[in-house]
Amino acid sequence: MEESFDAIIVGGGLSGLAAAYTLAAAGKSALVIERGDYCGAKNVTGGRMYLPPIRGLFPEIWDKAPLERAIVHEELCMISATGSMLMRYSNEAVAKEPYESYTVLRANFDRFFAKRAERKGAQIITKAKVENLCFEGDRIKGVVVGGEKLYANVVIICDGALSLIAEKAGLRKPGNKKDFAVGIKELIELDEERVNERFNVVDGQGAARLFMGDITRGKFGGGFIYANKGSVSLGLVLGIADLMDLEPAVAAPDLLDAFKKRSEVASIIKGGQTVEYSAHVIPEGGYKKLSAFSGNGVLVCGDAAGLALNAGITVRGMEYAMASGYYAAQAVIKAAESNFFTAEGLKCYDRMLDESFIIKDHLTYKGTPHALENHRLYTYYPEFVTNLLGNLYSMPEGPKQRAVQSVKKAVTPGVIWNILRKDLGGLSKL
Amino acid sequence: MSVESTALGLAAKLGLNVFKEGESFHIRINPGQEGNALLKKVISVCPSALYTINDNGEVNLCEDGCLECGTCRIALGIEVIDWQYPEGGTGVQYRFG
Repeated sequence: MEESFDAIIVGGGLSGLAAAYTLAAAGKSALVIERGDYCGAKNVTGGRMYLPPIRGLFPEIWDKAPLERAIVHEELCMISATGSMLMRYSNEAVAKEPYESYTVLRANFDRFFAKRAERKGAQIITKAKVENLCFEGDRIKGVVVGGEKLYANVVIICDGALSLIAEKAGLRKPGNKKDFAVGIKELIELDEERVNERFNVVDGQGAARLFMGDITRGKFGGGFIYANKGSVSLGLVLGIADLMDLEPAVAAPDLLDAFKKRSEVASIIKGGQTVEYSAHVIPEGGYKKLSAFSGNGVLVCGDAAGLALNAGITVRGMEYAMASGYYAAQAVIKAAESNFFTAEGLKCYDRMLDESFIIKDHLTYKGTPHALENHRLYTYYPEFVTNLLGNLYSMPEGPKQRAVQSVKKAVTPGVIWNILRKDLGGLSKL
Repeated sequence: MSVESTALGLAAKLGLNVFKEGESFHIRINPGQEGNALLKKVISVCPSALYTINDNGEVNLCEDGCLECGTCRIALGIEVIDWQYPEGGTGVQYRFG
């Protein structure tokens, strides 16, 4: 008799490993098929992971998990053609265990999580690509790997943002360029002492600095620098449709280099050595662009389902991936009670997602993708803020205006009208 | 190999990555789409600058240094290119990610 699994999981990233870990812990047979040399080999994050919603789902992994630094400084830099304003929020009341969020490097984290899943009894095959799905009528019964068929009660699709396999399952259509960004990143090694000094933190603590404005030439997107243990993750997120329409055209790698040359950035990475260059598409469509989550013998998780949220000053994806993998496993476990793996039997997954923070968050931020399409966020406001501050801080040769006069001069009825009429509605969606 | 980060060109950056060679091309411009105007727009969005314009004004694609990021598939759509992941165990292998 041919071997069959409770679940075959396409892709050994965070959602796939979370599903495998949870299934194996419940005594179910789970096979992960990963195309990279190891789990994490094909994954890119900015990146930062928020733990509060997922700590309890995987209680045993965190004490040894390879987390880089706990983020204690939230920084936002509005950047115009020549100026910038840096805002930093920190609060000692929350800058302690249990920390809310950590920077991570996926090749380390995913490899660790894969080992933990294997320790629970999950099987992981690496260097193997799922080429296709096996159908019996419209029921998905397994996958094709290297021309060989492997069967399972349920196939859990966790193959990331492009999700070619979910397309084959008929659960989603190819993505639209308006609903995706590309993240490009350099991993820059910098010794721990320098990271501490440049971000004003101590060992183990870190910072997230996001940039918005001129660095994306006024288009949708932004920059980021995350402090890791002995490195920083530096990069840009660029809306694909906007980037294609940029006039005059600027190549994405050149935008990244220009970002690195900004004095606000160059001072942080000075003396650092780039050790890796990476890129990946990011779902930006929010709730309205989520895929179907379940079908006949099949579930979709994480980026593959479009689960990711850019809320302007926070960007999330990894905890949605891990939690959706967890709930997919729970759905398989529940469906197994009645041996009912059809679309109807697996619909419980949709309900679990609906009741969790995952869909609730996506609903809360349903209007955010549209709000972030407002190009004034990347042009007008950074210019406005830096011009205003320029007026407040600069000393002319002649007499200096009172601060209130500078503000009055900058905040004209036209400005107020623009804010109220054009932007406030959208900004309230953030 | 590592280089002071501030003085690094794209080719040098890609040279830092681990790539494992595969047997077959995984991205192809579909027959009849070579002159599609969208192809010129994809030149600037590829993080590895793998799309270039030749002397005849046609857009060429070279896969060396592909990060499998998917940007060109999203930018061009499946009518213009056939985009598959490379075979298992080939292509970019991130050491940090």
